[in-house]
Amino acid sequence: MSVSDGRISRLRVTVTVIIALILAVLPLPRWMDIARPYLLLLLVIYWSLSAPRIAGMMFAWLCGMAIDLLKGTTLGQHALAFLVVSFLTHKFQLRIRIFPLSQQTMTVLILLLVYEVLVWYTDGVLGYPVTTWARWIPVLTSTLLWPVVVGILDTWNRRNR
Amino acid sequence: MVTLSSDSRPIIGRGPPLWAGLFFLGFVSIVVMVLDHRGGYLDTARLWMSWAANPIYTVVQAPVDAWNWVTGSFADRSHLRTENEQLTEELRAARTKLLRFDALNEENRRLREIREASKGVSERTLIAEIVNVSVQPFRHMVVINKGADDGVYRNQPVLDAFGVVGQVMQVGKTTATLILITDAEHAIPVQVNRNGIRSIVVGTGEAARLSLPYMTVESDVKRGDLLVSSGLDQIFPAGYPVATVTKVERNAKDTFALVEAQPLAQLDRDREVLLLWADKPQTPAPEAAIEAVKK
Repeated sequence: MSVSDGRISRLRVTVTVIIALILAVLPLPRWMDIARPYLLLLLVIYWSLSAPRIAGMMFAWLCGMAIDLLKGTTLGQHALAFLVVSFLTHKFQLRIRIFPLSQQTMTVLILLLVYEVLVWYTDGVLGYPVTTWARWIPVLTSTLLWPVVVGILDTWNRRNR
Repeated sequence: MVTLSSDSRPIIGRGPPLWAGLFFLGFVSIVVMVLDHRGGYLDTARLWMSWAANPIYTVVQAPVDAWNWVTGSFADRSHLRTENEQLTEELRAARTKLLRFDALNEENRRLREIREASKGVSERTLIAEIVNVSVQPFRHMVVINKGADDGVYRNQPVLDAFGVVGQVMQVGKTTATLILITDAEHAIPVQVNRNGIRSIVVGTGEAARLSLPYMTVESDVKRGDLLVSSGLDQIFPAGYPVATVTKVERNAKDTFALVEAQPLAQLDRDREVLLLWADKPQTPAPEAAIEAVKK
């Protein structure tokens, strides 16, 4: 591992991001599509916590840009929201990473709410307001997914150290 | 819990501070958003960037393609035969219709030549397949497998065998994103086919419902009326079927009637759509109009 941040290689981060991008556009039935969790955002939070020197703010911004591109939204919209979440995560990284899982999940819920409010607001500014309550479902499903993501990635990271 | 390892953020400042990054990249995002939103200054950038997104679409599409191939190659003979018979029957019916259409087309061309209002409508079409990826859950948009390399352009009209599907919204190198007529941000000018009343059909965000918000209470429209594109937007050529009226509610004290319609195109079932290159109808030059008035 030539390019590495402590023990986590850049390759590993890239692989997870590519998987998340594929899952972001995978066709799903309508009811599941509405509840599709923001896996990429969870990954950005996770890697910002555990490998902040690889997953910096530029990384988060590029991930958001990729989402904008794949989802056909105005370029920069999700990039901005990802950036803000990444900033908050980096800012409180030392604290969040030693939280117990339950408290960490609550923090992630707050980060996701910040993200959703930002996207909602920019949606409104750009003139495509989506005001249905259903748009908040992914925030919940993503929060529920957080312990799973942490479990899987922590196990993987520990095994391959 | 994210485990604590040696790679935490340096406490003593190394590299640019967080605030600087937030402000710089935040500023860049806002500039990008404004440029993209106001008049698409980033169309070229999007063109190349979506080319990079292509492998992801391919990966997502691969299992669907494989499944179609498998079911296609193992379809049994009797099934193919009945399908063949059915298609022959349909073709015969279509030919008969086409004969009549040819005559009408010829007559139409002659009439247009007399009026010299526009050139003959010469059109080119191209079949595009819908890529099986999901875009935003609350918008009605789909991705197709044709892009700028095939000559697709922004605002290009898209049809299927039954009616107007929508228009091209974003163009990539080999893919394009369509906005469907049912999207809440989409509107298309139409005419009631029966009497030529003009109006605008607006999407509602629901798959089978369109609304006509600008039909006055007095206007002559009723259930079952066919709505065709009027061509006034210079995007959709005139005369293509768009929807049928499903509901008209008149309230004498209101200015506008509550009119709803159902799209004719099979928006949720289509696998293939038709891209249309139509010659823009020539609007008569203002000088000519003035001349005509003087005469």
